Amino acid sequence: MLTLDQATYDRIVAHAKRDHPDEACGIVAGPEGSDRAERVVEMVNAAGSPTFYEFDSTELLELYKQMWDNDEEPVVVYHSHTATEAYPSPTDVKLASEPGAHYVLVSTREHGNNQGPVEFRSYRIVDGEVTEEEVTVVPAPAAAG
Amino acid sequence: MAIEVRIPTILRTYTGGEKSVEGAGATLAALIDDLESNHAGIKDRLVEEKNGADDLRRFVNIYVNDEDVRFLGGLEAELSDGDQVVVLPAVAGGC
Repeated sequence: MLTLDQATYDRIVAHAKRDHPDEACGIVAGPEGSDRAERVVEMVNAAGSPTFYEFDSTELLELYKQMWDNDEEPVVVYHSHTATEAYPSPTDVKLASEPGAHYVLVSTREHGNNQGPVEFRSYRIVDGEVTEEEVTVVPAPAAAG
Repeated sequence: MAIEVRIPTILRTYTGGEKSVEGAGATLAALIDDLESNHAGIKDRLVEEKNGADDLRRFVNIYVNDEDVRFLGGLEAELSDGDQVVVLPAVAGGC
């Protein structure tokens, strides 16, 4: 199960809506081993495409160095689908390289840049196998410790 | 002499769980061969054959002293003792 606080959930949704019709992407970092999604990092989609996303390679290195310095890991890796459902595509599955992460998919196909609900779903992707999991949104960040 | 290589989570099955290992080589290609001799199987995750020659896999990023090796000559990138090499899989996908 993925637990997110409302502010984190809202930021991911806002990012997806803002970048529509291109795919938006980013991560939520958290303390290593904690499974707490705490720090949203919006990434630039270097592919700038409605059908593909890729973190810029230089920004990717900066992001990981930051996380190593903070003893963090990517708890959530998110991206949007802008014309299809919020389910990992074969390419998403093939390229998934963080077996410990929750892969969040947001679909903006229904309302695009506008107000309105989105599909927001989360998966584990390990060795090419996709397992959907429940998403629980809580009002405030969980207390530390 | 040693070059430190930072290994991403997904490839730590090849390094017995180690986050970083040491290797040697005057070029990235030589370093990868050296890694392969100690961590069998890792080369295939970094390199693929294209037109009869080895090339870096499209969705693996390798950095030497924070520079993407694609800007340093790819597998021919020259290395020196004390260099820091980081391997990071691309974070990418597509619908």
